[in-house]
Amino acid sequence: MNAPAYNFAYLDEQTKRMIRRAILKAIAIPGYQVPFASREMPMPYGWGTGGVQVTASILGPNDVLKVIDQGSDDTTNAVSIRKFFQRTAGVATTTHTRDATVIQTRHRIPEQALAEGQVLVFQVPIPEPLRFLEPRETETRRMHALADYSLMHLKLYEDIARHGRISTSYAYPVKVQGRYVMDPSPTPKFDNPKMNDCAALQLFGAGREKRIYAIPPYTAVVSLDFEDHPFERYRHDARCELCGADDSYLDEVITDDRGGRMFVCSDTDYCEARRATADKPHAVPQGYPA
Amino acid sequence: MYVAVKGGEQAIENAHLLLASERRGDPAIPELSLAQISEQLTLAVDRVMTEGSIYDRELAALAIRQARGDLIEAIFLLRAFRATLPRFGASEPVDTGAMAIRRRISATFKDLPGGQILGPTFDYTHRLIEPDAADAAPQVPAVVDAVEEPMPRVTDLLAADNLIERSPARDFDAPVGDLTREPLSFPAERDVRLQNLARGDEGFLLALGYSTQRGFGRTHPFAGEIRLGEVEVEFVAEDAGFAVPLGRITVTECQMINQFAGSATEPPRFTRGYGLTFGHCERKAMAMALVDRSLRARELGEDVKAPAQDEEFVLSHSDNVQATGFVEHLKLPHYVDFQAELGLVRKLRSDFERGASPDALAEAAE
Repeated sequence: MNAPAYNFAYLDEQTKRMIRRAILKAIAIPGYQVPFASREMPMPYGWGTGGVQVTASILGPNDVLKVIDQGSDDTTNAVSIRKFFQRTAGVATTTHTRDATVIQTRHRIPEQALAEGQVLVFQVPIPEPLRFLEPRETETRRMHALADYSLMHLKLYEDIARHGRISTSYAYPVKVQGRYVMDPSPTPKFDNPKMNDCAALQLFGAGREKRIYAIPPYTAVVSLDFEDHPFERYRHDARCELCGADDSYLDEVITDDRGGRMFVCSDTDYCEARRATADKPHAVPQGYPA
Repeated sequence: MYVAVKGGEQAIENAHLLLASERRGDPAIPELSLAQISEQLTLAVDRVMTEGSIYDRELAALAIRQARGDLIEAIFLLRAFRATLPRFGASEPVDTGAMAIRRRISATFKDLPGGQILGPTFDYTHRLIEPDAADAAPQVPAVVDAVEEPMPRVTDLLAADNLIERSPARDFDAPVGDLTREPLSFPAERDVRLQNLARGDEGFLLALGYSTQRGFGRTHPFAGEIRLGEVEVEFVAEDAGFAVPLGRITVTECQMINQFAGSATEPPRFTRGYGLTFGHCERKAMAMALVDRSLRARELGEDVKAPAQDEEFVLSHSDNVQATGFVEHLKLPHYVDFQAELGLVRKLRSDFERGASPDALAEAAE
């Protein structure tokens, strides 16, 4: 048996070139889902194979990588993916949002505003925003081509008719640069406004569904809504019990079986930085305007 | 020239001998022991016990060896044996809340009473083939003893706030459905549906569960909790008049938290999907929970449009022993039926060549 030898960042250079071409096309057509020949990765589909392929294709030896899952650097899958790139690419890693050049994420956008030169790589399970309204790919591709998004508006309208409000709380659809309706991946809608006019490049990789899409820096990203039912950002109305933040997205932690619970920042780096600099109020990291 | 008129019996006997020798493989290589199979092919044993519907590790290991590693064949062997066993009755409901826990994770809360216990899982391994792993002495893992004190189920915590539908109330006098004793009929009750899914083929349920995630009957699932560990099985013996412990079995339970439902008279609440297997069959338990929830479409007033919501489609095709039998029965001789078809096609062709009109042909076909 030949022991396998792996290239820098796992993927072979030919595969990386193919993925980079898809990324370039995605950047040229913001919000459009570019098909690509997704590879089998050494982790299961649905666990970030799309994001991992995008990261592997853009990573250079001087990059500094941060990996988060649910906003945290410490969750099991984030640890696993970070270790994968430490092992296969040997790149430096960090938990500090501001120090990273590439941030791979699942389900969150960091609280600290991203800067020019940074790349945010999203792991995407279902790239097609219309999928749950129309299961057939042949139909949804046609709808995108014709910019026929009536089905989506109808869905949001039916939410209001049934529940009195739009009842989509995550993976909330957005329109990119006035053209394509896009799935932001299952981030809570709290994060949607951060995608708009963002200084960093945002790349989205869906491995199982074989799609890559992108939001170039400083692109208009608008959450779909109605004039009389405008988009609403949601966060639990409380302060983080660890750092006191009143502007961050909060996780609910159950503390006992008698109804006890506490709320803490989902973005662990944001929370830790605030706690470390609690006595120096001016050094608190800058979040996005609410 | 091959004319299979006689000699069938001899041929079958020879084929059996050949099978036995192929199964054994090279006699210079030691035969697998049952202990090796049940200790090192643990998950194959768990799957065969679950779909074979018998909790017996040694028997499952024996079946796997006899079946040359073909798990459906091994399940078949176990089922055929099970059919010969008398049925004494139904055990008391097992209490998974009192499980001695080896693994317990929730995807809905970062932390919760009892904590997240990762346990033995492939989940965060990198799938890189490691050729030396077989020879290297294993490192001793840091493990705590199984957690014995009751660990509240995530769904119970949500139910305390009325955020999820109630579990159906226990009714100790209600008979427990058993489709090995009563044939399946439609519409099927949930107990029989769950029994069917528990015995059902892992691959079939996996594909159906997956189809619901891709939009064919979406149910918005969250893995509220997956737990693995040992539970006590008790049986009420009529003579003794009280519940007698029969022993402990390992089970995997999955509770999915699904799409909320509400109406003009009821505030919105999450709904449930349930999966339970023998041993450590996590993929199966999760797929089962997804399909269980999909099959509740009718009960919850949802449109039945996707395959996974169609109870007749799902329950009639989930059993791999039935499926493999019927698919593979096409290998049996069908000489006489085919001869009849052949005669008909020849007759129709000769009609066609004699210039019979298409209308007449259509009439003949009807």
